[in-house]
Amino acid sequence: MLTVENLSVSFETRRGRMSVVEDLSFTLERGRTLGIVGESGSGKSVTSLAIMGLLPPNARVTSGHVWLDGQDLLCASESELQRIRGESLAMIFQDPMTSLNPSFTVGFQLEEAMTAHGVKDDLRARAVELLKWVGIPDPEIRLSSYPHQLSGGMAQRVMIAMAIACSPDFLIADEPTTALDVTIQAQILALLKKIQKERGMGLILITHDIGVVAQMADEILVMYAGHALEKGPKDEVIYRPRHPYTRALLASLPGRQENAAFRSRLPTIAGVVPDLLKRPTGCQLHPRCEFADEECRTKPPEKQKVGEVDVKCHRPLEPQ
Amino acid sequence: MIAFLLRRLGVAIPTLIGATVIAFGLIRLVPGDPVLHMIGERGASPEVYAEMRARYGLDRPLTTQYFLFLKNALNGDFGESIVSGQPVWHEFMDRFPATLELGLIALSLAVLIGIPLGVVAAVRRNSLFDYALMSVSLVGYSMPIFWWGLILILFFSVKLGLTPVSGRIDFAYDVPPWSGFLLIDVWKAGEGWPAFKSALVHLVLPAIALGTIPLATVARMTRSSMLEVLGEDYMRTARAKGLSRMRVIFVHGLRNALVPVITVVGLMAGSIVTGAVLTETIFSWPGIGRWLVESVLARDYPVVQSGILLISLAVIVVNLLVDVAYAWANPRLRGRL
Repeated sequence: MLTVENLSVSFETRRGRMSVVEDLSFTLERGRTLGIVGESGSGKSVTSLAIMGLLPPNARVTSGHVWLDGQDLLCASESELQRIRGESLAMIFQDPMTSLNPSFTVGFQLEEAMTAHGVKDDLRARAVELLKWVGIPDPEIRLSSYPHQLSGGMAQRVMIAMAIACSPDFLIADEPTTALDVTIQAQILALLKKIQKERGMGLILITHDIGVVAQMADEILVMYAGHALEKGPKDEVIYRPRHPYTRALLASLPGRQENAAFRSRLPTIAGVVPDLLKRPTGCQLHPRCEFADEECRTKPPEKQKVGEVDVKCHRPLEPQ
Repeated sequence: MIAFLLRRLGVAIPTLIGATVIAFGLIRLVPGDPVLHMIGERGASPEVYAEMRARYGLDRPLTTQYFLFLKNALNGDFGESIVSGQPVWHEFMDRFPATLELGLIALSLAVLIGIPLGVVAAVRRNSLFDYALMSVSLVGYSMPIFWWGLILILFFSVKLGLTPVSGRIDFAYDVPPWSGFLLIDVWKAGEGWPAFKSALVHLVLPAIALGTIPLATVARMTRSSMLEVLGEDYMRTARAKGLSRMRVIFVHGLRNALVPVITVVGLMAGSIVTGAVLTETIFSWPGIGRWLVESVLARDYPVVQSGILLISLAVIVVNLLVDVAYAWANPRLRGRL
């Protein structure tokens, strides 16, 4: 079980300390998928890097814990983390073309993922097997390809193969399809789903596309400016959003029938994500929220439970 | 790959022709006359003078002399030294290994010390080590070789008496040339450790003098190239795989950071020759640098023009090798060669 408990992360910048993730908590079990949605700058990626222990040097975890089966990863030594990364926790990234090392062959990078965790035998055969598994044609030939000889979708498949090489318990996919063509996106998502199902992995799927999450996740966490605004089972969050932000995100989906029928401009959320160095008082969303009142402007909302859903809002919506 | 090499060789031809024109032209522009230099200004009658000039073909028009020089060079005949009467080719081959040995050791110093220093500076960016290395390397880069060489001699040879002032090896040892590299030939000659040590201490100061600028350049270049690479996505991927920090930096990082460093090392092959002229003169190192200086002073036209042609050829060959290394380090280029 992977548990993030009251996690806060801040960055030291030249303009001062910037708090990027504030008091974030969630739990993920093996075999389940957690979808984290949010705009850019909402702290999704920083959360995943914090879990992996891969935050940049100017970032600091100011409070909280990351528990992996009872072990606090934030207190783990670098060598313990090295063992955990790849073996228990793996991660794939947004841009597969820049995430693979351009100077080494696919085979080298795949085999390295295994040797790093003590696998010594049949490396080549295992690598071929992995490539076959993620749906790469002619895996034997592809082993000696360099990343620049692969298409984006292929490269992401290689990244996935590398991530699952040591059968990790949890996989973090940080915007795994954002850099890919739409047709390839669906294939990669289907592949992730298949792997998750067959290997019983816990999957954290990070995306800005609430449509993707609706398709893939068991549970959804909506992030905004480093806060978890809404968290709950997928159907609750998608069909009965309690938070105005979640509802606005869903309303702006181009695929929705009302939007398609209207054939006009898609609804958008007015305004922009706040400057994290000059956070608004009260609720982080209030400058952009149509329901905001005096309380929202002055007092930060506490997390409250509405049915099965956690909501951080003074004025949670009635399900429609 | 073969096509690529041939293309690069083709590009090298104009460079070579340019080098011959400049070498041929410059030495003749310099006031002075090789024949006068040899027979002395008061020593001979006009008849002897004219006869000597004719013997070396110096009485013919300049263009004729130039094309004769080119034609002979193409046939592998680089002429004879006016001073010694020896074929230039032999003189070159006698001295070139000494320069090559010195240059290789100097470049190796630069690469073997400069790259690790640059990597550490990049990894510990803005640390005291980083600042110190960058300041020292700036000083190293800016020091004139002749001054630095003299300071080295003054301190290590004169003050401390640790190293000899000149030459390649102690007179006591007789080492017939085999590879031309004394560090190797002493073993072939059966002289053993004492001779090796003697060759080594003779080599140390010139190698430091010649290697300082390349060392500073390599360290700075490695640092900046590594800094760029450290921020790359694939470095994060490598860590996410569970690789050790050392492996991430030295395998995944350095391999990519080396690409621009290789280019710089290649470009330095040319400046090693320039540096060798100064270093060899200061340390009386019997290589082509000192040979050229002496020939220029004696207005030994054939040696200067053919010597520069041969050195240009050597530099071009080194640059070709660097291009090959560059392609090796950068697989994205391999298909396009």
